[in-house]
Amino acid sequence: MNQVKTKNNMEVPATDEVRSFILSILTENKSGLLNAVTIIFTRRKINIESINVSETEVEGVSRYTIVINTTRELAEKVVKRIRKLIDVFWAFVYENEEIFYQEIALYKVPTNVFLHGDNTEHLVRNNGARILVIEEDYIIIEKTGHQHETRDLLEKLKPYGVLEFVRSGRIAMSKSTRRTDTFLQELHNHQQ
Amino acid sequence: MEALVKESKTSVSKKVMTGAEAVICSLLEEDVDTIFGYPGGAIMPIYDALYQYQDQINHVLVRHEQGATHAAQGYARVVSNKVGVVFATSGPGATNLITGIADAQIDSTPLVCITGQVPSALLGTDAFQETDVIGISMPVTKWNHQVSDAREIPEVLAKAFYIAKSGRPGPVLIDITKDAQFASLEFEYKKCQNIRTYHPRPVLNKERLKEAADLINKAQQPFLLLGQGVLLSHAQDTLRKFIEKADIPTAWTILGLSALDHDHPLNVGMLGMHGNYAPNVLTNECDLLIAVGMRFDDRVTGDLSRYATQAKVIHIEIDPSEIDKNVKTDVAVVADANEALEALIPLVKKAKHQEWRQKFADLHKIEEEKIIKKDLYPHEQGIKMGEVVRRISEQTKGEAIVVTDVGQHQMSSARYYNFKKSHSNVTSGGLGTMGFALPAAMGAKIGCPHREVVAIIGDGGFQMTLQELGTIYQYDIPVKVVILNNGFLGMVRQWQQLFFEKRYSFTEMKNPEFTTIARGFSIESEKITSRDQLDDAISAMLEHPGAYLLDVVVEKEENVFPMVPSGAAVSEIRME
Ligand SMILES: Cc1ncc(C[n+]2csc(CCOP(=O)(O)OP(=O)(O)O)c2C)c(N)n1
Repeated sequence: MNQVKTKNNMEVPATDEVRSFILSILTENKSGLLNAVTIIFTRRKINIESINVSETEVEGVSRYTIVINTTRELAEKVVKRIRKLIDVFWAFVYENEEIFYQEIALYKVPTNVFLHGDNTEHLVRNNGARILVIEEDYIIIEKTGHQHETRDLLEKLKPYGVLEFVRSGRIAMSKSTRRTDTFLQELHNHQQ
Repeated sequence: MEALVKESKTSVSKKVMTGAEAVICSLLEEDVDTIFGYPGGAIMPIYDALYQYQDQINHVLVRHEQGATHAAQGYARVVSNKVGVVFATSGPGATNLITGIADAQIDSTPLVCITGQVPSALLGTDAFQETDVIGISMPVTKWNHQVSDAREIPEVLAKAFYIAKSGRPGPVLIDITKDAQFASLEFEYKKCQNIRTYHPRPVLNKERLKEAADLINKAQQPFLLLGQGVLLSHAQDTLRKFIEKADIPTAWTILGLSALDHDHPLNVGMLGMHGNYAPNVLTNECDLLIAVGMRFDDRVTGDLSRYATQAKVIHIEIDPSEIDKNVKTDVAVVADANEALEALIPLVKKAKHQEWRQKFADLHKIEEEKIIKKDLYPHEQGIKMGEVVRRISEQTKGEAIVVTDVGQHQMSSARYYNFKKSHSNVTSGGLGTMGFALPAAMGAKIGCPHREVVAIIGDGGFQMTLQELGTIYQYDIPVKVVILNNGFLGMVRQWQQLFFEKRYSFTEMKNPEFTTIARGFSIESEKITSRDQLDDAISAMLEHPGAYLLDVVVEKEENVFPMVPSGAAVSEIRME
């Protein structure tokens, strides 16, 4: 990895290295806002790897979680732009190590692979996955994990014939104990 | 007593009215005196409501919706704390606004544009004159919103005005469906004071200010760059006190022009591509750059990797997303320019930078010899743009509002009009929109009827929005229009000459007789072709009480110098 030394001699990745960033954005729950957010990435030609919008514990406040691959410098520029949107409270940019995150994946495989031999059942159990539904023709397996883990299981299931695979956008939580509403209040007090 | 008066103003008694009437009443609550607009099917209820309020609010029927946006921009740029207001219908009316809205966005001009929209039941069906103006305008507005419930109108318009003019100003578009215009509501208007997700006025960080003052006090060769932020925050007087105390040579971006008196001894001229020689060269020699309310546009910086790399940088700017966007700062002060400068004045020491200032003077002498004299006192037969502008400057005593279009004449005007008053330069800087000047001049004149407004326009740009002569005629708007007529798309021709081996690909124009066109609109006019006619023609124009068009046939192939070619460093500025 391309590293540089900062003033206090810590090794941090260079700002021009392309890597994965997680943006976490607190917004009003307003229609059309998703479009306003995504065109900011389009203008900078940054592809959105995954996106998730959900409610938060504060009523009326939504959280967007967006994963992009870019440089630190561009990630920060984009985040500043997003903060400018009138209906955005605040946007954070995190590197993978700075935040807890998960994705959920679903795999559809033919039921008959489970009927002949127990390999697949082992696979499910050993990979921390679970069986969501069993239908006559197919079974849906569910696994929560990081991208490389869900992809790993996909590779392992492929020889048995995967009918369909889908993975959710990433959702993430910061390592802070501050409540969202407290943060929003602090933000308000600080910026008024 | 005063508090009571204010109270009654903000809480108007509830009255039942239509959404359309609520739009007009909301504008009145915001003290709007002028609307620039153009009607059509989807906005007819609002125009119908306007009919009864003609005695309270002025509506200017433009000749093209683009003209409405530029007129509103011209108005907003010269009238303090006012927002330009535009009406247009759905579909083509709305799409015709986009150029002006984009221009207002990049040049931070407060506009509220109201568009009619097809009835909400027809949204998304490709109904007649339906266009997704919310989607189209999203990237070029500060905020936009579609109203389909009449009851939302007062609140949404209050928000629109608040957003348009607070913080870094910009355009807002409100799209109102026709059914919402017809529906009724109980009208109650409260001005917007606060939006919980929006914090336009950053809190001044005292630490940063101290750091900034420290850098300023240590600097031997400080250099200040001012942008439109200074004008938007009305910081021109504070800025002058600040630079006088710390003795800092000061240059301006084209949008910052007129914030500092032309004759002020610390005014060292324009930055950037066609700016002055000294400020460009010395950008790469100063030890401290203090940027105030400007955004380091590429036309200002030239090659960024060779821009002021030797200098420490202080950036005073209200929009945090501009910090470190183009030029890395050492100290960022996110603040309103006036507030920051006021707080800085007591922290900086009185200083003298005699030698440093002499460097500007020395380089200016070179520019004077090599370029300015030739522009102002040419030996060639053809009239040069610079001399026309300087004569206008002299005859208006530097006190006019000058509105320019885009191209060579724009650069000449910025270089040679000696502004004495702030908020007097109106031009399309960021977007470089040809066709801006004529409608913008109308708007400026309506906003400041007691000031002389002179539009200086190229023959190309004039033909982009010349239909607005109809508006000037109808409303008797006494603007002075000077066409610097070189028969070319001059600025493009200059590039073709310098960078494309003189291949003049589609830049020459066969022009109509502009005086004949003016006559068609009953506008007085004159065409001149030689230098000895210039002074008299300008004074005839200025003495004429009404609108006037002066067609000045200038040298066909004049070039604007100095010039920082694109990709070059500012210090590589060319004198020829
Ligand atoms: C709407 C628009 N189209 C094209 C351009 C590109 N452009 C920049 S300057 C220029 C030439 C302008 O010619 P003219 O109006 O005659 O002014 P001059 O440069 O001759 O003073 C052109 C075509 C532009 N800025 N705006």
